Amino acid sequence: MNKILIVDDEPNILLSLEFLFKKEGFMVFIARDGEEAMGIIEENDPELVILDIMMPKVDGYEVCKHIKEKNESVKVVFLSAKSKKQDVQKGMDLGADLYLTKPFSNKDLVSKVKSLIN
Amino acid sequence: MLSNGLIISFTFGYLALLFAIAWYSERSAFRGKKLSSNPYIYALSLAVYCTAWTYYGSVGRAATNGLEFLTIYIGPSLVAPLWWIVMRKIIRISKVQHISSIADFISSRYGKNITLGGVVTVFCLLGILPYTSIQIKAVANSFDILQYSEFNQNLIAYPFYQDTAFYLALGLALFTVLFGTRNVEATAQHEGMVMAVAFESVFKLIAFITVGVFVTYFVYDGFADIFAQASLRGLDHLYVLQGENGVSEWFWMSVLSMMAVLFLPRQFQMGVIENNDEKHLDKAMWLFPAYLILINVFVLPIALGGLVHFPMETVDADTFVLALPIAYNQDWLALLVYLGGFSAATSMIIVSTIALSNMVSNNLIMPILLFNDNLKVKYQHKLGKIVLRIRRASIFVIILLAYVYYKEISAKFSLVSIGLISFVAIAQFTPAIIGGIFWKKGSRLGALFGIVAGFVLWFFTLVLPTIVTAGYLQPDILENGLFGISGLKPYALFGFSDMSYVTHGLFFSLSFNLILYVCISLFSTQTSKEHNQAVVFVDIFKYSTSLDSSIIWKGQAYLPDLKALLYNFLGEEKTREVLEDFSLRTGRTIGTKNYADPELVNYSERLLTGIIGSASARIMVASVVEEEEISMAEVLGILKETQELKSLNIELKQKSMELEMASEKLQNMNETLRLNDMLKDEFISTVTHEMKTPITSIRAFSEILLDEDLPEEDKKRFLDIIIQETNRMTRLIDQVLDLERFDSGRQELNLEKTDIRILILQTTESMLQVFKEKGLDFNIEIGFDELQLLVDEDRLKQVILNLLSNASKFAKDKIVLKTFLKDHDLYLQVLDDGKGVPKEEVSYIFEKFFQAKNQTSKKPIGSGLGLAISKKIIEYHGGKIGVFKKSGMTCFEFSLPLQLEHNLVTQSKTADE
Repeated sequence: MNKILIVDDEPNILLSLEFLFKKEGFMVFIARDGEEAMGIIEENDPELVILDIMMPKVDGYEVCKHIKEKNESVKVVFLSAKSKKQDVQKGMDLGADLYLTKPFSNKDLVSKVKSLIN
Repeated sequence: MLSNGLIISFTFGYLALLFAIAWYSERSAFRGKKLSSNPYIYALSLAVYCTAWTYYGSVGRAATNGLEFLTIYIGPSLVAPLWWIVMRKIIRISKVQHISSIADFISSRYGKNITLGGVVTVFCLLGILPYTSIQIKAVANSFDILQYSEFNQNLIAYPFYQDTAFYLALGLALFTVLFGTRNVEATAQHEGMVMAVAFESVFKLIAFITVGVFVTYFVYDGFADIFAQASLRGLDHLYVLQGENGVSEWFWMSVLSMMAVLFLPRQFQMGVIENNDEKHLDKAMWLFPAYLILINVFVLPIALGGLVHFPMETVDADTFVLALPIAYNQDWLALLVYLGGFSAATSMIIVSTIALSNMVSNNLIMPILLFNDNLKVKYQHKLGKIVLRIRRASIFVIILLAYVYYKEISAKFSLVSIGLISFVAIAQFTPAIIGGIFWKKGSRLGALFGIVAGFVLWFFTLVLPTIVTAGYLQPDILENGLFGISGLKPYALFGFSDMSYVTHGLFFSLSFNLILYVCISLFSTQTSKEHNQAVVFVDIFKYSTSLDSSIIWKGQAYLPDLKALLYNFLGEEKTREVLEDFSLRTGRTIGTKNYADPELVNYSERLLTGIIGSASARIMVASVVEEEEISMAEVLGILKETQELKSLNIELKQKSMELEMASEKLQNMNETLRLNDMLKDEFISTVTHEMKTPITSIRAFSEILLDEDLPEEDKKRFLDIIIQETNRMTRLIDQVLDLERFDSGRQELNLEKTDIRILILQTTESMLQVFKEKGLDFNIEIGFDELQLLVDEDRLKQVILNLLSNASKFAKDKIVLKTFLKDHDLYLQVLDDGKGVPKEEVSYIFEKFFQAKNQTSKKPIGSGLGLAISKKIIEYHGGKIGVFKKSGMTCFEFSLPLQLEHNLVTQSKTADE
């Protein structure tokens, strides 16, 4: 089973994503902020992380940097309401594999995540 | 017979000695010991008056005209006691006005007029160049005589490069450049040059007296013997008081030399510019005449002795001084005599050339340079260097011109005639100078026309005949007069044929000069600048007490006067500032005494110099220091000018300040606009971001609900979330619209008399459930019983709710609401024991979307609009809102004025309109 981590500070968005990916047969871990996310990554080695950017404590960019520094093979998908060019550019520069903006299409997100993992 | 080489080595050895003396004196002056600063050196330096003409020519003149040669020395001796009046005044004026030459003096007196300065310079050059050339001639002649024992001055026509005189001229030029142009300030003193000249004066005196003693006591048996022998040969007429024209001749010659000793450029240089202390005049007044007597004692004996020894006019009387020792085979004495003559010539050449070069650079070339804009722009950064170069170049040019003049023209005339003609030229400056320092009415036009007329007549009566004699012009003009008019004969203007050649020229040139000067001055008006200078020159002693600034202010100044003076120029505030600055720096307290010490006076003068220039500043300060009255009109005149300048200056300053302010305003407005723009952008981007969050949830769950065959339980839960998020969006939109209305001032308050106590209790009621859920302890303290206020009830509830809800998000255990009355305000505080607001964020926390400031990390405050709206609401009520720490808790507080009825009524009225 593919392990993925979903990080978002909005409980409802987190809930929808968790539901979605569980349904697709992933093993889903969730975190409500960057700090929690880094702890889970340490323990569970997810293959892919879906990351919000604006979060309390540690923001998404920091988490991405941390992940890629530790293990480059872990995929990172940014999922953020920030849609400006320079925000996207910053994410990609940090080594993210994908940058999707909110709101998103469930189908689209799932298929892209799948194709990244395989 | 002395060898050529020996003479040349002695000559140049003597020059080297001069170099050494000058160099040593400059070194010594540099170390602070000014050797020249005593009356003896000063008197000796004045003896530059005695040139080669004196040295050789006096004997020559005595041999032909007898005692008349003495007039040249009697004049200066007679006039010496008057120096205390004339010379001292000229010195004072020159020091105070920073005058560098006689041309400068005249130009400065007549309104700093450039034309006048230029004219005087040109006439000085015309007058002095021949005089300089005869010095070269004297040296060259004596050299030849010494070498060949050739007593007749038949000049051997060497090409210049074989001519010793040429190399001597170059050597002198070099010396003059080295010791005469050290400083760019023309008023700077030439210590080395002065000491060298003083030495030369001693040397020529010793040499001349030595030869005099030799002739009187070794060749003859004392004075009695010489006179007896001369008498035997019928030479009595030479030592009886009579000249060509008796008393009149004596008178005019004395007058001529009186003027010459004051105004010859070299005398002016030594007597005025190089003067260290006007007190030196005291001693110089009798030392200088004494020197003249000493150097003249043996003139007549030598002349008579020469005439007796060389009876048949085989030897030119001009050369007796040298011829006698040679005739008696006293080679070394002859060499000493030769060197004495050389020293007389060189001192004259050096000093005259320095004086002339200063005039040429400052009064002729610099004005041209500064008046030509192109040249001015081209050279303005190196004017100092340019001035020095001009001076050096003019020194070489002047000396070389003198050399050329000597080669081409001087050979044809005797020493004395050329010397006297020069004297008459210089005498033309007398009316302008003496009138200038004693007569305020003397005007520029008067001086100019007087001098020019004087020179025209000088040329016509004195120079023209020499040109004719030299064969350059037909003698016709001498015999028949100009244009054949018999009244215009150069030797006998208007038929005056009784006077001698020189006296005639002097009389007419000076008379016309004086008459024009006086008449034109009487009938012309002075410009203000001219008048100003006239006043300063004539009343110089009112304006300064002594040369040296440290001496000038030895007297005390009345402090209030000095202060008043400063006020006039600086204004009261600035005056206080500068005086405080002064006492800080010097450690003196000002105002304990009623008198200012010299240092303060100097300090004040320096301050004023910066504003009105040194000359005016010195006058102004002198007016209070002296406690002597400059006429009030004069002071007021200067003041008025300055005030006008000052007010113009203030106006300009004001205008420029206004402009600056306007530009600053524009800049600020621009900045505000830019900032507003930025804030608007930020606001929009934050609002969109905030809206996307609920939309994202709604969309995600909608898709889930659409696609999946979900259990009923999940369906309900997800639909609930969708509704919840929709509400959130609605709230957000409401808040944004709210804020927008408040921002644009279109929000209206719905004011009603409300019981505040009830309002607070109702509001907290709705939060109690939340506190309970979070396990927070809640306390409420109300410090009044009943309070009716005119407020918008719903809005005020909104604020309190916002504060309580925020507190509930941050509090750890406890929340307190306190409300009380203080002064004329109602206070409401919401306290929580959370971590508080970081200091640096306090000033932002009430801005909309404060959380957006921290671009990526979000704080759990909610939409970020709550506090911004609360602030607006409180402000609309005329109150204030803020946050601070209070006994370890975070305290949000707002206050509302109790008497806000009136304010609010008017405000709602304005809002209605």
